[in-house]
Amino acid sequence: MRQKNRGLGLFTFFIYLFLLGPLVIIAFASFEPGSAMKFPPQGFSLKWYQNIFEVSMFKTSFITSILVSLAGNLLALLLGLPAAYALSRFQFRGKAALNAIFISPVLIPGIVLGFTMLKYVIITYNLPVYSALLIGHTVIMLPFIIRVIASSLANFDFAVEEASLSLGAGRLKTFFTVVLPNIKSGIIAAVLIAFLESFNNVDISVFMTGPGISTFPIQMLLYVENNFDPTIAAISVLLMLFTAVLMFIIERLMGLSYFTKR
Amino acid sequence: MAMLTLENIAVSYDQQYILKDFNLSVEKGSLISLLGPSGCGKTTTLRLIAGFLDAKEGKFALNGKDYTRVPVNKRNFGFVFQSYALFPHLSVYDNVAFGLRLRKVNKADVDRRVRRMLDIVNLSGFEQRFPKELSGGQRQRVAIARALVIEPDLLLFDEPLSNLDANLRVNMRVEIRRIQQELGITTVYVSHDQEECFSISDQVAVMNKGIIEQLDKPSTIFKYPKTEFVARFIGFNNFITFDSRQENGNVIELQTKGRTFRALHGEGRGEQKGLKGAIRPDDLKLGTQEELGVDFNLLPGKVKVSTYLGRSYQYVIETELGEFTVNKEMEQPYISGQEVLVHFPIEKLIVVE
Repeated sequence: MRQKNRGLGLFTFFIYLFLLGPLVIIAFASFEPGSAMKFPPQGFSLKWYQNIFEVSMFKTSFITSILVSLAGNLLALLLGLPAAYALSRFQFRGKAALNAIFISPVLIPGIVLGFTMLKYVIITYNLPVYSALLIGHTVIMLPFIIRVIASSLANFDFAVEEASLSLGAGRLKTFFTVVLPNIKSGIIAAVLIAFLESFNNVDISVFMTGPGISTFPIQMLLYVENNFDPTIAAISVLLMLFTAVLMFIIERLMGLSYFTKR
Repeated sequence: MAMLTLENIAVSYDQQYILKDFNLSVEKGSLISLLGPSGCGKTTTLRLIAGFLDAKEGKFALNGKDYTRVPVNKRNFGFVFQSYALFPHLSVYDNVAFGLRLRKVNKADVDRRVRRMLDIVNLSGFEQRFPKELSGGQRQRVAIARALVIEPDLLLFDEPLSNLDANLRVNMRVEIRRIQQELGITTVYVSHDQEECFSISDQVAVMNKGIIEQLDKPSTIFKYPKTEFVARFIGFNNFITFDSRQENGNVIELQTKGRTFRALHGEGRGEQKGLKGAIRPDDLKLGTQEELGVDFNLLPGKVKVSTYLGRSYQYVIETELGEFTVNKEMEQPYISGQEVLVHFPIEKLIVVE
């Protein structure tokens, strides 16, 4: 038995090594004073962190990313909240099919989805870059919004809604005063998860970005194609911290069971 | 005058009728229970009265006002749910105040009425607690207070005690009855537990497959079931199917296979239509003719199974009219295979449809 446990322990150790090792290496490499990424670093310097703020394309693309993610999030929430509610609350014909359609953007490879949208939506209707990005990001955020809010509604006893009706509140009033407060943390978690999904997205964005307008991850990709300095490692460290903070908030709101449940 | 009336109500779901030609009337201030197995339509009836379901046909009126098409939030009925359905994000106080605030009652009156109602359900001092900090019984009392504080025209209970443990159930049903009588509010109560229904109600409607089999006082139903279904539901395990019957004064004579049995007529026993005799295991007697001291309603049989129940023995007696279950206290129990006479006391044999 002990032998077996030691084997399992070793296995787990290697899994974590493979998962976290590269992140640790990147983190150390970001402090390299030289102009090429090295591990272990030959000294300690924050100059590449400084460099992030000196490259103007990083700044503009960061703002673009934030704006697209926030606006897309709002749109996805306006579409996704009623959809999640209807899918959880009512039984109707075609419900399974509708559910599948809403979830499909996460099942279809991003490259396929991005290319299809470019060819049949963006080019057909000759949409400007910002609109294209907004539509693309709304579509990829929608499944996350719906899934997370639906899993929050799954724990909601709809008899509570009926109690509100029987006490004299109308349907709309009931939704805002009884349903919404009880799924609030689910909605916030949904928004944060969708935001991460959108902010980190490359495969859809790559088809939507145009001359002079780019999202942050696309800009990072362009940068590493031409530069070998540790700036990208520094950015990675900041993004990791940013993600960790958001994940911490999500965990506090709903628990991360959402990720294991699906 | 009946206060609540359902006339020829029909409810269907997926083209299948759950209720059809359903009629019911309830007196003002009384508590009526709908009792029956799951799927009998009792909850459907309650939800229809509440307004959560629409009637396909028929009319529902209360105090002479037609409510058939009035939406649920305009009905002013109190509904108590099986799952309590308290608002998880609101305190006990705010749960109870919810309905009053919707009615734009001024703040001082809300406060007075909420506190009075919490006092009635013995929850004073719990105002600032949240539902998850309460026990099941306390939650149910908050739910009752919340339904009552709006001074509803009708109070509806949907299996309110089925999530509570046995002791609490008995206490809570006494509470519910006390509050209901204190406030004199007309109440419809749904349960599948007959003891609960019988102990709490002025009248009980036993339902089966979307129709009311019998609507009577609890004691009448318990003693004189009208139909085989009701009889079985309340513990009449023994049945004899007869071929013919004659009425002879206050005696009904029933025949099958050359044997005649007698049952009593009248005295609140209802019409006793039908050709089936029903009797409880506790009411059958066993013995020799001398021991029993009667010369009619006797049936010879043989003990098939004997089971010790603690307070009594339970026997299954095999006869030419089928098997009968008998409960009997005795020191020297019968053994399997023993010949014995089964006596059906005339006052206990009930004729059902």
